[in-house]
Amino acid sequence: MLTRRVLLAATAATPLAGLAASEAVAATPKGVVVMVKQIDDVVSFDPAEAYEFTNNEVNGNVYRRLVVPDAKDHSKVTGDLAQSWTISPDGLVFTFKLKTNAKFPTGKVLTADDAAFSLQRVVKLNKTPGFIISQFGFTKDNVEKLIVAKDATTLEMTLPSAAAPTFVLFCLSAAVGSIVEKATVMAHDVGGDLGNAWMKTHSAGAGAYQLTEWVASDHITIDANPNSGIPVGVKRISIRHVADPSTQMLSLQKGDADIARDLTPDLLTKVKADKGYTVVESGQGNSMYLAMNQNVPELQKPQVHQAIKWAIDYEAIAKNITPNQWVVGQGFLPVGLPGAMTDKPFKKDVAKAKALLAEAGYPNGFSISMDFYSSAPSADIAQALQADLASIGIKVNLMPGEQKQVITKTRARTHQLALLSWGTDYFDPNSNSQAFCENPDDGNDSKLKILAWRSHYVDKELSDMSLAASKELDGAKRIAMYKDMQVKFAQRAPFAILLQKIASAGLGKGVSGLVIGPLPDFTNYTSIKKA
Amino acid sequence: MLVTFLIGRVMPIDPVIAIIGDHAPEDVVQRVRVELGLDRPLYVQFGIYVWQLLHGDLGRSVMTSNTVVEDIQRYFPATIELATVAIIVATLVGVPLGVLAAVRAGSKTDVGIRILCLAGHSIPIFLLALISLLVFYANLGWAPGPGRADVAFEGLVPVVTGFLTIDSLIAWDWDSFYDALAHLAQPAGVLAYFSMAYIARMTRAFMLDALAGEYVITARAKGLSQLRVIWRHAFGNIAVRLVTVLALTYAGLLEGAVVTETVFSWPGLGQYLTVSLLNADMNAVLGATLVVGLIYMALNLLADAAYKLLDPRVS
Repeated sequence: MLTRRVLLAATAATPLAGLAASEAVAATPKGVVVMVKQIDDVVSFDPAEAYEFTNNEVNGNVYRRLVVPDAKDHSKVTGDLAQSWTISPDGLVFTFKLKTNAKFPTGKVLTADDAAFSLQRVVKLNKTPGFIISQFGFTKDNVEKLIVAKDATTLEMTLPSAAAPTFVLFCLSAAVGSIVEKATVMAHDVGGDLGNAWMKTHSAGAGAYQLTEWVASDHITIDANPNSGIPVGVKRISIRHVADPSTQMLSLQKGDADIARDLTPDLLTKVKADKGYTVVESGQGNSMYLAMNQNVPELQKPQVHQAIKWAIDYEAIAKNITPNQWVVGQGFLPVGLPGAMTDKPFKKDVAKAKALLAEAGYPNGFSISMDFYSSAPSADIAQALQADLASIGIKVNLMPGEQKQVITKTRARTHQLALLSWGTDYFDPNSNSQAFCENPDDGNDSKLKILAWRSHYVDKELSDMSLAASKELDGAKRIAMYKDMQVKFAQRAPFAILLQKIASAGLGKGVSGLVIGPLPDFTNYTSIKKA
Repeated sequence: MLVTFLIGRVMPIDPVIAIIGDHAPEDVVQRVRVELGLDRPLYVQFGIYVWQLLHGDLGRSVMTSNTVVEDIQRYFPATIELATVAIIVATLVGVPLGVLAAVRAGSKTDVGIRILCLAGHSIPIFLLALISLLVFYANLGWAPGPGRADVAFEGLVPVVTGFLTIDSLIAWDWDSFYDALAHLAQPAGVLAYFSMAYIARMTRAFMLDALAGEYVITARAKGLSQLRVIWRHAFGNIAVRLVTVLALTYAGLLEGAVVTETVFSWPGLGQYLTVSLLNADMNAVLGATLVVGLIYMALNLLADAAYKLLDPRVS
């Protein structure tokens, strides 16, 4: 008979059961690494279209790009397919000399023609990530003239207008800059779609792996590209959709999975405590922040922005709610990105926050609503923020919502306070500085409707600085500009940057080599090994 | 269908953003809105959808890049397989338990069965599923982990029916068959327990009612055996009502046991529907709900047809 006592005993016994299971030996087939992960975000594997976490990560191992960030110094780029490159003194013409040893799974050598086609294709298709390339002024009409293959190993890219060289190179290092095999892709062209329909579920890259199968919300299988010339630790990686973190943990403990990717903070703590397992982690270009809509009268004064920033107990949130998952980060450039601000200028100071609020004309505080994602850890963080702001007299009415619902609302600019997260689009400071600072037109017909626009934040100085930095040819000067911008931003912007994400993975016994990158497309599978 | 269509269109999620993401530039957002026809009036959108539906076109899922028909063909067999095993087990266990509880009403046996059923029906199914995983998979090691098959068996069996157990038998691949069966056992067991609890409770209630009937007293007075009285006279008279319960329970399972499918990473219709709904993939949601609606209708029709077989008074 199942009584409450029996049920409680069974529930209490389950952690012990888990520990017992941790003694199991890996049971996945040899030569195959099984990774459990939430993969229901995937929409397409076409690098010209893919813009979610999982597909970008897989594409990072399936495709190669002209350049990639240097693994040792993220502020620099290094050649991947490019043997070398030159940039004209005016910053307009980029000439890449390609390596000759990159091969597609078909056995064909990757050429400059493939590279030109791939970048032209991104601009012509103009899917979600297309702006990363087209933002330099490329259009459907001019791209064939501006990105050309001079010969089999020489690619020339001419910008319509000058841009910071590092900005251009970092954008080419994004997943959307992946080089596809022209012949294979065009063999699957249907009605002028440049093979887009076929590429959603297939691959044509020269990376270490190739996409073998994708069944949405079930599994992704990638196999080693026999012609890539890149040594791999395992021939096949099977990424299986396991939505529940507890189930992921069980699979890892039982040896049915070699790598678990979405373990919650408490589960990660358990894995870290067991010497049989390894945890790899990396800071991510993903920030959690509190947006203050400037069309709300109470939120318009800089003193209010400051008061809110000084009222929050950042360390307590990171320590108690998001250990192993999010750490305190207060710059709009997450640590790891070029130009990132490592300083943490704000900490909880109730007296100072109250004084600032009084200075703003709200000695008794005010009431305000706050939208947030109802999922963990946002819901808990929202409650912590509510308590922090209550301590200075700001009464927060919590308004939970499904993530896409909250995003829809903030894009409609109908929120007051909103607890949100933002992931950088590409590995260059411009991605976040444009998002947080640039708002040249606050009207409803604006062409740039990113974060500053969504909160009616108009700051001409920062907006101009961001634009100027994107065109600065001197790399060192450019980084200094972003550091200066972040100091100004922290002082007056209606955004309280709270936390920076840490991506972690639990590796089973005998499994090693997974390298998690600061962006999904820089996560590397090639060195994964299984004993 | 109209209600589902309208709910999908009026919910506070912009389907374009849900599909192409929060980072998409404004020109891409507007272009996709036009491509999806979402810039048109609602009645036009609905008219187009119905017109396509009448031509057998449920549209294309933006989440999977497949046609919705292809997706349903892929995901629904997993749910049918799970639900069918669960309802068979639930019926074979639940009906006799319900009859036994009614026959021994008030006894310790009755109390035991009622508590068992109460637990099955009141413990949240996610908890049951997790406890099952922890006990039978993690601790005892009797059952395999989540998913429909082990990695080693993935893609080995050619897809014929979509039912992994049947396809592995067709391929004469006994290892795959045992693997598929083993993976089916836990989620089907959890669902079976949940359904069994309901079936047993309903059976008990129907039987108590029947056993108090005058025709049962008459049968007993005639000196018929206990077994004959119970199964022929009492049970025979509740069969019609029980068929309705079974049909609706089966329909509920076919609709997709979302939570169970999520915990056991079972790629079924419930999970497909949930992911589609959360991503505002309305073609997928409409297609899947249409299938669910048709199943309800079909099972109700079958139940009606069964009445005629079970009760000669039904014309």
